[in-house]
Amino acid sequence: MAIDRSVVEKAAGLARIALTPEEVERFTGQLSVVLQAVERLKDVDTEKVSPTASVLPVLDVMREDEARPGLTVDEALANAPRGGRDGEFFRVQQVLEERP
Amino acid sequence: MELPRSIRDAAELLRSRRASAVELAEAALARAHADRHNAWLHLCDEHARTQAGAADGMLKSGGAPVLTGIPWACKDIIGTKAIPTTAGSRILEQYVPPYSATVVERLDSRGAVMIGKTNLDEFAMGSSNENSAFGPVKNPWRLERVPGGSSGGSAVAVAAGEVLFALGTDTGGSIRQPAALCGVVGMKPTYGRVPRWGVVAFASSLDQVGPFTNTVEDAAIVCEAIFGKDPNDTTMVADFPNDDLRTDLEKGVKGLRLGVPKEYFSIKGMEPGVERAVREALAVLEREGAKLEEVSLSLTDHGLAVYYIIQPAEASSNLARYDGVRYGLRVEGPNLLETYKRTRGKGFGAEVKRRMILGTYALSAGYYDAYYVKAQKVRTLIKAEYDRVFEEVDALVTPTSPTVAFAIGAKVNDPLAMYLNDIFTLPVNISGLPGISLPCGLSEGLPVGLQVIANSYQERTMFRVAAAYERATPHHLARPEVKAA
Repeated sequence: MAIDRSVVEKAAGLARIALTPEEVERFTGQLSVVLQAVERLKDVDTEKVSPTASVLPVLDVMREDEARPGLTVDEALANAPRGGRDGEFFRVQQVLEERP
Repeated sequence: MELPRSIRDAAELLRSRRASAVELAEAALARAHADRHNAWLHLCDEHARTQAGAADGMLKSGGAPVLTGIPWACKDIIGTKAIPTTAGSRILEQYVPPYSATVVERLDSRGAVMIGKTNLDEFAMGSSNENSAFGPVKNPWRLERVPGGSSGGSAVAVAAGEVLFALGTDTGGSIRQPAALCGVVGMKPTYGRVPRWGVVAFASSLDQVGPFTNTVEDAAIVCEAIFGKDPNDTTMVADFPNDDLRTDLEKGVKGLRLGVPKEYFSIKGMEPGVERAVREALAVLEREGAKLEEVSLSLTDHGLAVYYIIQPAEASSNLARYDGVRYGLRVEGPNLLETYKRTRGKGFGAEVKRRMILGTYALSAGYYDAYYVKAQKVRTLIKAEYDRVFEEVDALVTPTSPTVAFAIGAKVNDPLAMYLNDIFTLPVNISGLPGISLPCGLSEGLPVGLQVIANSYQERTMFRVAAAYERATPHHLARPEVKAA
């Protein structure tokens, strides 16, 4: 399926990726080609086939919930981005906006 | 000093006291520092010297495992405590893991000596190593050619004699394809056999860690060290013995039924020189006593489409964590949403962005069933086809890649042409099977890879076939002429 710029812009928005206009242009053409190539799956009859999410036979693997040593607060925060640490916490921008 | 030809040779050298682990480490470091292929992102001299010193102690006290004192290279997508792990991305350029991946811990505990971290396509997304944020890797056989990808640096480090083995990851061919293009052995284990704890996640239903080595036996040696259940990895359900992977290496192929999938030889874009080398390899295996049987894997052609929906879909979910909050790059905007977008817009390269967009699109409302669920259903059919074929044959023998190493820049603007490199390797990930690539001669002076695929958990049979071929030919001895920088 050929897609237009708005499809790329919308998906990039959902993926939280800022694109330059040039990138939007280039990706629109390139992704159209890829989507056309995957279209051929339509030719395969999957009427009575169930989907495979994983080749493993089981989904839930359990183990005892035992306390083990973990990371210290300093270790866990050591990779915080510049300006992204506030004492024992990660610092982030405001999530909820104030009511006007 | 040149490194020995194999882990086994090096282990004998160390035990006969003709070389120490420290000497081997110094030799590997010297060669790695002289590397002119951009194979390395980080060399950790002091870490290696400390590990080598400890390895010499283990060797002196006797009973040391075969990997003790063996210098190795780690793909920079596998986490290493206190040593940078970038995944080839600007977004993780400053990242230093607070813990090591289980596979690294297992090699550490056996006294293996890690020399450094190798270059790769960003987040393992690529087949040429041109997608690294830190520059492309060059093929030691011909410097203007790609080494394959995504584990290109690991393949080159072994091919250029800078280490005795390397770890890579393989989601659609990222170990086997660069191994083929660089003329070394590269192996992807059965899905669920190697712990992925501490490895940067790409496409979680497909990713596996595996080795690059000079010989088939060496690959089995590394697998024996890294295989086995890990309580931190919930995708490992079966607990198999892992100490027996070398037991069938000498058995030969006499009486084994080897399948030759006809669809693997009718692919558009297959180079005649590659087909010739692989057909000759089939004749060798037949002379060694194997019974060749033509089999059909009719959905081979559809593997690419399944892969390029499932893989970007899973990646778009996995890479959501790079949001500039807890680690990695942060590019601050006027609000949180803008910060996310700018961080990811700046931090990710073109191929990663393309796949995030493709994956997000395939998972978005209105397209989810048509793309993602459809691909999962065809995945079921592809897996069933392999299951059926393995009722008739013991292993499959195929080309690893349809071409030899191509020129740097030749396919960068044509993602689909690039994706076709993995047409023979990605069905193996889709089906969760083990596969190995080993050298089977040259075409146009560049290495060709032979792929052996076995049924799930049948690595022993896979190694057996590969070792029989290796014994019967001298191709694994061919090495590029490496000039130091």
